[in-house]
Amino acid sequence: MSSKSKETLHACLHNVNFMIGFFMLLSVILVAIFADKLAPFGYTDQLVGPQFEAPSAAHWFGTDELGRDVLSRVIYGTRITLKVAALGASLELIIGVVVGLSCGYFGGAIDHVFTFLTDLTWCIPGTILALAVVTLIGKSLTNSVIAIAMVCWASYARPIRAKTMSLKTMAFVETGKAFGESSAALMFRYILPNVIPSLIVMVSTTLPGTILSTTTLSFLGMGSQAPSPDWGLNLSKGMDYIGSAPWLSIFPGIALVYTVLGFSLLGEGVRDILDPHLKSQ
Amino acid sequence: MILVFAVTLLVFSLLYMMPGNPIDIMTDRKVSAEKRAEMVHQYGFDQPLHVQYFRWMKKIIQDQDFGQSVRYKVPVWNLMKDRIPRSVKLCGWSLLIEMLLALPLGLLAAIKKDSFYDRFSVNFTLMLTSMPSFWLGALLILIFAVGLKWFPISGFESAKNYVLPVVALTAGSLAGTLRLTRAEVLEVLNEKYVTTALAKGVPYEKVMFKHVLRNALIMVTVSVFMSLPWLISGAVVTEKIFGIPGMGNLLLNSIVVQDFPVVQAVLLLIAILTVICNLLSDIVIAILDPRIRIAIGGGDK
Repeated sequence: MSSKSKETLHACLHNVNFMIGFFMLLSVILVAIFADKLAPFGYTDQLVGPQFEAPSAAHWFGTDELGRDVLSRVIYGTRITLKVAALGASLELIIGVVVGLSCGYFGGAIDHVFTFLTDLTWCIPGTILALAVVTLIGKSLTNSVIAIAMVCWASYARPIRAKTMSLKTMAFVETGKAFGESSAALMFRYILPNVIPSLIVMVSTTLPGTILSTTTLSFLGMGSQAPSPDWGLNLSKGMDYIGSAPWLSIFPGIALVYTVLGFSLLGEGVRDILDPHLKSQ
Repeated sequence: MILVFAVTLLVFSLLYMMPGNPIDIMTDRKVSAEKRAEMVHQYGFDQPLHVQYFRWMKKIIQDQDFGQSVRYKVPVWNLMKDRIPRSVKLCGWSLLIEMLLALPLGLLAAIKKDSFYDRFSVNFTLMLTSMPSFWLGALLILIFAVGLKWFPISGFESAKNYVLPVVALTAGSLAGTLRLTRAEVLEVLNEKYVTTALAKGVPYEKVMFKHVLRNALIMVTVSVFMSLPWLISGAVVTEKIFGIPGMGNLLLNSIVVQDFPVVQAVLLLIAILTVICNLLSDIVIAILDPRIRIAIGGGDK
């Protein structure tokens, strides 16, 4: 086992995508942790400089319509984005795994109902369904993450269901059954560990999408509400002043692209390492 | 068919459960309680869910009547009639450009695997997919509308107005299709029948087009058809940035002011479109791939 994990570590260190993505994300995480120390001002401090000041030595990213420091707001925004990533991924994962496992394991009526539900969520474009869900449960960042998770779980459930169905008939599961293990134990202790490598790949490849969708909802005014330093929200506010103060929309955008690119590269790397069959060649 | 039914029911009940009373939006505080009760009855808001649902469906199927917009107080169809062509124009052009660029470029990247061009296109498309369409839109406006003044910032009257939105909308899906084309072509290139064809002495170009491209296109076609609904949701964002009063903007504004009949009608159209796309993609695959055609036809050879 230890030689295998050493091998994996070696593969990680030699995968260019993985390493670049890893360091990009590491920098984002560090910025989020030390936001208090790094940001020159609080994200709600108004009139720390003149309004609409162009980027300068005192305010590297300029100031916005309320005289708030854009750099500080971008720095605090990393916390929100990482929170979205963590919360979104775990929600999607939990729903997807539970539904996928039980569909594949039990089959029959449960399988029919949930397969139908998955088909249904595929039928309405994600962003639009999420918009409807957010309207239903109220506008807030957490709610928009929940909405995205409710739309995206299907992309986990399907492959897990297929995998479970093939694993279910394997000898080691049959043995467990013969020893009198309960269904829950069979699902979570016997089958789940075998699905984990594909799960890691799925999480790392869908995370960028989750972040982008949530930011899109914020951009459309359905996620974070003012005065949150959410990048999507700031971008949409900045659009009002695109002609006179472009720095309001440019810098949150760069931060967002940087983070999402980090996640994408990491995802590509993880996929190449754990799933050589899918390797992008 | 069952799927369409389920989707409409889902959409309808979602909106039925929404907080906020549509009558509150239509009337102001000065309207008396009796008048309000009368209006509730008139619009049928006091009926149970299934009664409202069947009444709504019956009207649509029999009279093509999508109901009245609560906010604008005109039939929903009148609102949609002007807006559909604008959205179709936006999505249609961007789909066309996506296909025209992504297929040849993806093929080229796969053939010249590991060359500079291949690396460049792979990394560039990864960058494009990481870029939210609203930010790309903002950049385009900044450079080409504010800076160079080549195109207007917003509006929808002339063809020039559509250039930037189409570019913004195309970018994301272009990247996905290009990468998929490349991956598929690479997969097919490894197949034995390609080696056989080359070994037989079939000209290289002929192998590429008749053997490789045709087989690689199957998955690409599926994904393009499946991506149509996503294109529409992308259009919501693009229409908002560039201020095009299309279906996306209509949907967004209607959700904000809780104009239920409009939201229901737009979602219904999108759901139907999606189901049609799924069906079409099945048909197109069957045309492209005889193996699947046989499987669908019940295996008779």
